[in-house]
Amino acid sequence: MKRIVIHEEHCIGCRLCEVYCLVAHSTSRDIIKAFKTERKTVMPRVLVEEDGPISFALQCRQCQDPSCLEACISGAMHRDERTGAIICDESRCVGCWMCIMVCPVGAIQQNLLGTQVASKCDLCYFADVPACVANCPNEGLTYEVIDEEARL
Amino acid sequence: MALSMSTATFVVDRDETRCITCQVCVRQCANDVHYYDEDGDRVLSRDDACVGCHRCVSLCPTRALVIRQNPLEFRPHANWTAGRLRDIYKQAETGGMLLTGMGCDQPYRIYWDHMLLNASQVTNPSIDPMREPMELRTLLGRKPERLAFEQGGALAAEAVPGPQLELSIPVMFSAMSYGSISINACQSLARAARQVGTFYNTGEGGLHPGLYAYGANTIAQVASGRFGVHLDYLNAVAALEIKIGQGAKPGIGGHLPGEKVTPDVSRTRMIPQGADALSPAPHHDIYSIEDLRQLIYALKEATHYAKPISVKVAAVHNIAPIASGIVRAGADIVAIDGMRGGTGAAPTVVRNNVGIPIEVALAAVDQRLRDEGIRHCASIIAAGSCRSSADVLKAIALGADAVYVATSALVAMGCHLCQNCYTGRCNWGIATQDPYLTKRLNPNIGERRLANLLRAWSLEIKEMMGGMGINAIESLRGNRDHLRGVGLNQVELDALGIKAAGC
Amino acid sequence: MKVVIVGNSAAAVGVVEAMRAQDQRAQIMMISEEPHPIYSRPLLDHYLAAKIPRARLAYRSADFYTRHDVTPLLETRVVALDTAARCVTTADGRSIDYERLVICTGGAPIVPPVDGREAQGVFTFARLGDIEGIDRLIASQQVHSAVVVGAGMIGIKATDALSRRGIRVTMLELAPRILSAALDDAASAILAARLQSAGVDVRTGNTVTAINSTHGRVSSVTLQDGGELAAQLVVFGIGVRPNVALVSGTDIAVNRGIIVDRTMRTTVSDIYAAGDVAEAYDLVVDMNRIVAIWPNAYRQGAIAGAQIVGLDAHDRGGVAMNAIEVQGLAAMAIGSANAEGAEYEVLCEGDPVAERYKRLVLQDGRLVGAILVGQINRAGVYTGLIRTRMDVSAYRKQLMGDGFGLLSLPEHYRKHIVTGQGIEV
Repeated sequence: MKRIVIHEEHCIGCRLCEVYCLVAHSTSRDIIKAFKTERKTVMPRVLVEEDGPISFALQCRQCQDPSCLEACISGAMHRDERTGAIICDESRCVGCWMCIMVCPVGAIQQNLLGTQVASKCDLCYFADVPACVANCPNEGLTYEVIDEEARL
Repeated sequence: MALSMSTATFVVDRDETRCITCQVCVRQCANDVHYYDEDGDRVLSRDDACVGCHRCVSLCPTRALVIRQNPLEFRPHANWTAGRLRDIYKQAETGGMLLTGMGCDQPYRIYWDHMLLNASQVTNPSIDPMREPMELRTLLGRKPERLAFEQGGALAAEAVPGPQLELSIPVMFSAMSYGSISINACQSLARAARQVGTFYNTGEGGLHPGLYAYGANTIAQVASGRFGVHLDYLNAVAALEIKIGQGAKPGIGGHLPGEKVTPDVSRTRMIPQGADALSPAPHHDIYSIEDLRQLIYALKEATHYAKPISVKVAAVHNIAPIASGIVRAGADIVAIDGMRGGTGAAPTVVRNNVGIPIEVALAAVDQRLRDEGIRHCASIIAAGSCRSSADVLKAIALGADAVYVATSALVAMGCHLCQNCYTGRCNWGIATQDPYLTKRLNPNIGERRLANLLRAWSLEIKEMMGGMGINAIESLRGNRDHLRGVGLNQVELDALGIKAAGC
Repeated sequence: MKVVIVGNSAAAVGVVEAMRAQDQRAQIMMISEEPHPIYSRPLLDHYLAAKIPRARLAYRSADFYTRHDVTPLLETRVVALDTAARCVTTADGRSIDYERLVICTGGAPIVPPVDGREAQGVFTFARLGDIEGIDRLIASQQVHSAVVVGAGMIGIKATDALSRRGIRVTMLELAPRILSAALDDAASAILAARLQSAGVDVRTGNTVTAINSTHGRVSSVTLQDGGELAAQLVVFGIGVRPNVALVSGTDIAVNRGIIVDRTMRTTVSDIYAAGDVAEAYDLVVDMNRIVAIWPNAYRQGAIAGAQIVGLDAHDRGGVAMNAIEVQGLAAMAIGSANAEGAEYEVLCEGDPVAERYKRLVLQDGRLVGAILVGQINRAGVYTGLIRTRMDVSAYRKQLMGDGFGLLSLPEHYRKHIVTGQGIEV
């Protein structure tokens, strides 16, 4: 199964990953429409940490033993059979924030734009390649098969 | 404070129907041209600071930006152009030398664009490069005058060639120092040289420890400042090059502004941090051709005569006897850098007014060495703005064994020729030491793009060679008969040693 | 192999999902004394508050049992366990044998011996049945005021839910502050202030000594300080006791809860325990104790299930933690969050007016506890640090910062996480 690998040394902090993640999860899927009309309702699921020359784009690590799934009280966090991605079913999420409390990389955010739900990367399970990977101008994110044995 | 008469060179046009206020341009401009206005929730631009590097244009996800030349017009004047006026305004304000980067941008005649290559038609038919092997392999170094054998078939002593550099394609990456360009740019050049099977030149910045691994594909420079020159440096590489001058600024030394002398650069060059690194104009131990010979042989001794020694000079007025002297002094390779060659920093007035074009210099040197019967003693490398595979072939036809490219390589890596290298704020991560900017050139991508460029050129070279009925690049070397001039006067044709088209 | 699970909540689901990820052949039976299919207890206050419809109480889909080939035995109470004969007996006299037994009986709410507690209108706040009762009471008669006894997690949730239903609530807490086990004075004060501004009457240092009724229905309560409060509804939320009754008379070691090792095995072979009933290893305090929280229950169940099908799963240990939202204000307590004393180094900063607070507790240079109020973004990074037990003393200043993230931590830790290899927690 493929996972997103982060290359901190190539991240330039441009945040195009956030831009395209938002578009991929918008209703219109059109970059201009999404930003001009859906900005108040859609959140990117990738977040860029930056401090001077060091930066990287962080999203859900799709852990093998996901703490968020363990902690989810509503059963909204579940594993997608096809991609193996951990996805939050926002129609079942109640915004209790237990997942935020346990995610060791802090990849889950509060989505307070509409009904309160947890927002996290879903590996763009609906597309061939995650939007952030496809649009990073410096290959700071790649999509690769990871040695499952080495992962948690 | 008195009034400044400098006006913006460029104007930023933002299409508000396309701008999504993502602020990528704000983050990516090293000159802080774009900024976010919170009150209006929009991105605005300070045109004055724009250098026309197109970083923002390239990254804008909706292509909302266009950079145009400032349409501000002076009253038309063929002599006092806008550029001339601006230069004087600037100098009146600052009292300093005007600095610039990259190669001469003035409209001197470009001889490559006035020479055309031959093709086979009826006799001596073309060769199809898809069907028959094309030899682009090039060997640089001293060749024997003639073949001679001993009894028993072994090569006679006088027929043994000197140490050679083997190139898979007659193109190498020219000297660009670590300091003038970033470590990521150096990495890209080194890796691409290794991948393609050619060489890159360290320039006068010394060799960074992280690059010793590519030593087999490295030509190390010994320049007037002797930056980074120590015994390990000399022995780690495939060849050495004594840099007497470079085409962009003949007669003066290298110039690395203090902003670019970081701890890493300081260590590699063996100079103090933060101070301007100005190489002296001459080597202070080379004041005659005999002195040059001494240095050449000192380097050969230090490297056990195992590596070719190159001498690089700028193309100037008496280049032919200069080159002859260099070859007789024992150099295995002579590199000639024409006036359109690039640089990381040079006084504009020197870059634009000093030196001669590579095409005529090359022709003169090749002819003089042939006339003196010493053409085989050294290989000639032509440098100074080869922009395409056609320029490469024309250079070889004029007499070069191979060419050095630098500007083409930088452009391949993303350079947009904004000519602001000397500020150290290269938005493409190339001519900078700022770690934040350096990251923008991912060496994996840089290597890929450079290797792609050389691969594309080698395919084109094979096509053109095949078209000429030639299957080995050696056959084209100095073969002036494959060139014809257009739009040149007789003096120029004679200087190049070619006939006019139609003759 | 025949596996019997006594329980039908988080731990039990953990057992089943871990087993079925590896093995489709074992026979699994889940026995529950409640009549409902698997639902989420932590969502009960959301349901009472009318924030979610009943259908969303489901923790797993309705076809969970069939999909995982599990035999459910609902509305059935297990009353006896014979470890020698390897069978359990139900209240209706059935005998069910097992090859592996997992005890996930959870906890039972504590009802203090207060006079008058048998009156109608007195509830605990633990099961769906309790909430249905409260809901019926509210629907069938005028409930103007309610008294909630206990201001721990349960008490706060009950208070919040009732308050959202428009009922005037008085919340009583014996300790000097609300959420006394989880929070410190400062954080507790912020939450109490928020409750008060929402109209809740918060009274600490007080409790109920008697419940008074009229015609068998609750009409008022008598307080410890002598006062009296009118109320038509009383909810006890003072704590839970592990349901260990099943193992009495057996050799299964019990302290407060059923003692388990890192593989969730009890002291009797082939018997496991998981969830609120288990006394398992807590890595922050380095000893076994009961930490009755949902994530622990699921994880422990998953480890037991994995062990049953032959995998070498071990529990690295639990961390006490809770997330709560009071009238829209979020708060979290993780690890030894309110620890005080010479051996702890406490970093704290807050703005009560802005309803923000952060408290970090270090011990021997390691992060052992955290309280966050208001700004809870990326709190899990602290949890991750508590779990890895790495020395963070060099990053004190960054730890407390608003922008605290992975960049503040050493590169090797960060790269270990972000190269897709997760971290060991």
